[in-house]
Amino acid sequence: MATLIEKPIDTLMKGSVDVEDLSVVFKRRDQYGPLLVLESTSFRIHPGEFVCLLGPSGCGKSTILNLIAGFLKPTKGRVLVDGYTVESPGADRGFVFQQYSLLPWKTTFQNVEFGLKIRGVSRAERTDLVNDYLNRVGLYNHRHSYPHQLSGGMQQRASIVRALVNSPSVLLMDEPFAALDAQTRHMMQELLLNIWSDLKSTVIFVTHDIEEAVFLSDRILVMGVRPGRIKETVEVNLDRPRHLDIMLSSEFLNLNRQVFELIREETLKSMELG
Amino acid sequence: MAVSAKAARKAKRKKPRATSETHFDQHAPSKLGAASLALLKSRNLKRSLSLVLFFGIWQLLCVTQFNFLINFAFLPSPIDVWSATITFFSGNAVVHIAASIQRVLLGFGIAAVLGVGLGILIGWFRPIEDLVFIPLELLRPIPAVAWIPLAILMFPNAEAGMVYITFLGAFFPILISTIRGVESTDIVLLRVGQCLGAKQWHIFKDIVVPGAMPNIASGLVIGMGNSWFCLVTAEILAGRFGVGYLTWESYVTSNYPPIVMGMLLIGLMGLLSTLVVDRLTKLLMPWRVTKKQEF
Ligand SMILES: Nc1ncnc2c1ncn2[C@@H]1O[C@H](COP(=O)(O)OP(=O)(O)OP(=O)(O)O)[C@@H](O)[C@H]1O
Ligand SMILES: [Mg+2]
Repeated sequence: MATLIEKPIDTLMKGSVDVEDLSVVFKRRDQYGPLLVLESTSFRIHPGEFVCLLGPSGCGKSTILNLIAGFLKPTKGRVLVDGYTVESPGADRGFVFQQYSLLPWKTTFQNVEFGLKIRGVSRAERTDLVNDYLNRVGLYNHRHSYPHQLSGGMQQRASIVRALVNSPSVLLMDEPFAALDAQTRHMMQELLLNIWSDLKSTVIFVTHDIEEAVFLSDRILVMGVRPGRIKETVEVNLDRPRHLDIMLSSEFLNLNRQVFELIREETLKSMELG
Repeated sequence: MAVSAKAARKAKRKKPRATSETHFDQHAPSKLGAASLALLKSRNLKRSLSLVLFFGIWQLLCVTQFNFLINFAFLPSPIDVWSATITFFSGNAVVHIAASIQRVLLGFGIAAVLGVGLGILIGWFRPIEDLVFIPLELLRPIPAVAWIPLAILMFPNAEAGMVYITFLGAFFPILISTIRGVESTDIVLLRVGQCLGAKQWHIFKDIVVPGAMPNIASGLVIGMGNSWFCLVTAEILAGRFGVGYLTWESYVTSNYPPIVMGMLLIGLMGLLSTLVVDRLTKLLMPWRVTKKQEF
């Protein structure tokens, strides 16, 4: 039954991600030899789904994201996005990095405009689209500022908008809010859900933060320690649209506790591994 | 800082007019105190002071015939140099100066174009690096003086030889800085470009080259200074004109004050032209923040 319902949606909407039997070995030049980071990891993400990858440090979350983005080649297995094997990075997969990654020599406007300019979108169209997006994240008044003149939160908002303005079918986010203070982080989470609810592109969001994962996602993939693989999947059936106050609801707290237990086991194991 | 000093000076001029006599008298000491404090903090003042100190100490060392480790007894004093300068400027100073400026600017200009161009290519394309980098590194340590005989053989006239030697001074620092700048491109920014669908050309134009700009700029600043550094060497080839030629010629005729004058003149022109290059490259990088400790 499930497949019957799924199929038409899959063909209608873009943004499916299939990770098939993925293994990654890093060659290292030190005495420890090759490092098996991912072993036979498989999972599937449906178009329009918001999925969080959660796991202890070093378990390979960024590695998975880099493979989907095409920055990295798998040792074994493959990644399919919308049915095509990923060979190299492309504009269909937007990326938001943890570090501030705006081009320092471009203004906010020019940074967001960059992808559209590359694709040859006309100036008038670019201006409308970019200004519209900047307005939605409250950066319109800062459109002529250079990145060093923006706060961390503003820079990340600009990075998100820079990825989204190209309407990628998949948005990859690697701990985008990790460097922000708690208040700003919560604001950004709500803002992200807000924009995403209009666009409905697939989001794969890497985080350490359990609350963040529960608040944002439809599904949490909990990863185990090295060699990394998906240990457990947690469905998050909280109603949308979500606002920060659901963090106080008992449903939210229960999910939180459930994920916390899963993570704790893995973190303990990872500490033993060293 | 310079701005606040200006503001203080303005305030000093304006306020007495606006306030009544008695008021002015009451507040005069504190106002004067604030103004002199602002003046002390002013960077221009500190800079002028550094020059006064430099020449003052030098004059003092000469007058007292200071002789410990360094012997100042036979050195021309600032006042000797000053009279040599007066003599120089009442003669055909402009011709000498213009000849030198022209050589340096030509040599520097060619070095800037070739150094930046080649540096970007070497930094970005591995095969080009493999092809040309080692021969260039081999030539780099060779001092300008060593090139004089070859410069005479290589070029149809002395003028071209002199431009070549000032070129050599600027070329290598510009080349090396540019290569380093391109090589230090941030991998995250490259990935940003790739995820926005940028192909080689856009990555090159919008990410690699702007990212290398700060390095290129410091290469240009160092290169500008080095061109002047090589001027005396270059103008050994000169028959008649040039500040470097004059300096060299005065040495041959054992006339010392003009040597020091020539040295200082070269230093001054180097300073000014470096300042211009620095300002111009800063204009190209409005996005840069420079922070320094202020005491
Ligand atoms: N280029 C590389 N060469 C060698 N080892 C690497 C390389 N990149 C990552 N690793 C190793 O692979 C493992 C997984 O790294 P990854 O960055 O995917 O972890 P992560 O789950 O994102 O961790 P964190 O939460 O700390 O960001 C780590 O042990 C790391 O040391
Ligand atoms: Mg990571």
